[in-house]
Amino acid sequence: MCRMKALAINSLTKTYPNGIRALRGIDLEVEEGDFFALLGPNGAGKTTTIGIITSLVNKTDGDVRVFGHSLDNDVYAAKACIGVVPQEINMNLYESCYDIVMNQAGYYGIPRSQAAVHTEAMLRQLQLWDRRDDQARGLSGGMKRRLMIARALVHSPKLLILDEPTAGVDIEIRRSMWEFLKEINEQGTTIILTTHYLEEAETLCRNIAIIDDGKIVENDRMSAILRKLHQEVFVLDLVNPLDAAPVLPDFKVRSVNASELEVEVGRGQSLNDLFSLLNERSIAVSSMRNKTNRLEELFIRLTQRKEAATDGRVG
Amino acid sequence: MSGAPLKIQLVGLYTIVRKETSRVARIWVQTIVPPAITMSLYFVIFGNLIGRRIGDMGGFDYMQFMAPGLIMMSVITSSYGNVVSSFFGAKFQGYLQEMLVSPLSGWVIILGHVMGGVVRGLAVGAIVTVVALFFTDIDVKHPFIAFAVLILTAMVFSMAGMINAIFARKFDDIAIIPAFILAPLTYLGGVFYTTSLLPDFWAGLSKVNPILYMVNGFRYGIIGVSDISIGSAFAVILVFLALFAVTCYYLIHKGIGLRD
Repeated sequence: MCRMKALAINSLTKTYPNGIRALRGIDLEVEEGDFFALLGPNGAGKTTTIGIITSLVNKTDGDVRVFGHSLDNDVYAAKACIGVVPQEINMNLYESCYDIVMNQAGYYGIPRSQAAVHTEAMLRQLQLWDRRDDQARGLSGGMKRRLMIARALVHSPKLLILDEPTAGVDIEIRRSMWEFLKEINEQGTTIILTTHYLEEAETLCRNIAIIDDGKIVENDRMSAILRKLHQEVFVLDLVNPLDAAPVLPDFKVRSVNASELEVEVGRGQSLNDLFSLLNERSIAVSSMRNKTNRLEELFIRLTQRKEAATDGRVG
Repeated sequence: MSGAPLKIQLVGLYTIVRKETSRVARIWVQTIVPPAITMSLYFVIFGNLIGRRIGDMGGFDYMQFMAPGLIMMSVITSSYGNVVSSFFGAKFQGYLQEMLVSPLSGWVIILGHVMGGVVRGLAVGAIVTVVALFFTDIDVKHPFIAFAVLILTAMVFSMAGMINAIFARKFDDIAIIPAFILAPLTYLGGVFYTTSLLPDFWAGLSKVNPILYMVNGFRYGIIGVSDISIGSAFAVILVFLALFAVTCYYLIHKGIGLRD
């Protein structure tokens, strides 16, 4: 089945008036119904890209279409499809939670009687209904983030853009937000997520683009990208302490402390071989884990590789 | 460019106007009370105490002559102040983005805020009129003209406030224009005197002050006298209305001072 593109970006460039080239010709497509991660280090161009999609930043050149509606000649239809949760808290902190969400519904043309139903549903889903009459300034950081999600969803957008929605949110609320986002994605809302928590992207997203220095350096399915990771580092917890790291043929082993080993496992290597070697040496392992999140590993390698290349050129 | 459906624009307009008028009502101690107190002091000091020594002005008791000017002055400062503070506050705290990302057209954003400014201007104007009635009789000669001048002037200064807010980068920037441009033009705009008292050079120079036309247009509507023909007053007001409306739309459409 041929699905519509929720977002299609072609040759998008952005040069700020101060001369900074934030985007250097981005091409990106997001399928309808996808849960898409847009990752990159600080200053890579993620927020500029989102700013252009949501009409908060003027593009320099290129074409952006949201569900087929061009930002150049059908901007109102494109905007009607989008809900956005920005990185910074951007609401009138002196307004009540209820009014903030109700007003946003009004800006999207939802009559008040209908908006009241949507607002109640959103505030209940995000566990803010009991705080509906409170001014937003009285909410905790996590509650403000949830209020911004409620505000972004009140007009039932087809495309939800979340720019670091869980920044500064405690783990319990973050996980409940993940569940909520998964649920609305399953109901058909396309989601684009930027985050610095790579575990979040790996858990939630099916497709991913990594942007660095204004260019897309990776764009593929999450599973395909993770397969590109040539090497993983595992931490093994030992049952009996060791004085020194054992020497295992074909594996690089380091001792973290007497009870922990770090082992590098290459893409072609098998964990069975590793455990056979450990068994031969009577080294019992009580548990093992990845040293870092796999996506984080890849992310660091991709962005560091570019830095190394840049350093090489400069040097 | 395809436009957004009219229903979205109308509901959006209603939402902005409702929000803006709620704001005026919510912070009435800041929005309504101060101009009422200031104008009461003007009536007491300039009208009652000093005015008695001045005698007639333009063929009227000084208090009667001054009352339309003070009402117009309060409408100008209130409508300007409402939009400049509301719009800059929304820009500064970032929640203007709520509107900028929505499918509302630039005209609706402008009109919604202008209507908020007009509401506050008229509310303050009504209170100052009530205060004036404690000091003098007001017999409205041309109610339609008075009302039209009042509304159009409030719209002009609401838009002027929006332009100020769009260009402002810090809170100082929204205080500079009212203090250094708006206040002098208002005080020199015939609120307290008729230009016939001025030497020819200064009377001629006063004619480049648009507020002179607004104050005199309103005074004509209230007491039937004016330094300016009513046709000229309407022409100047309408020219500024069109000029500011186009400027506001251009700035919002291009995102100057709002995007990037």
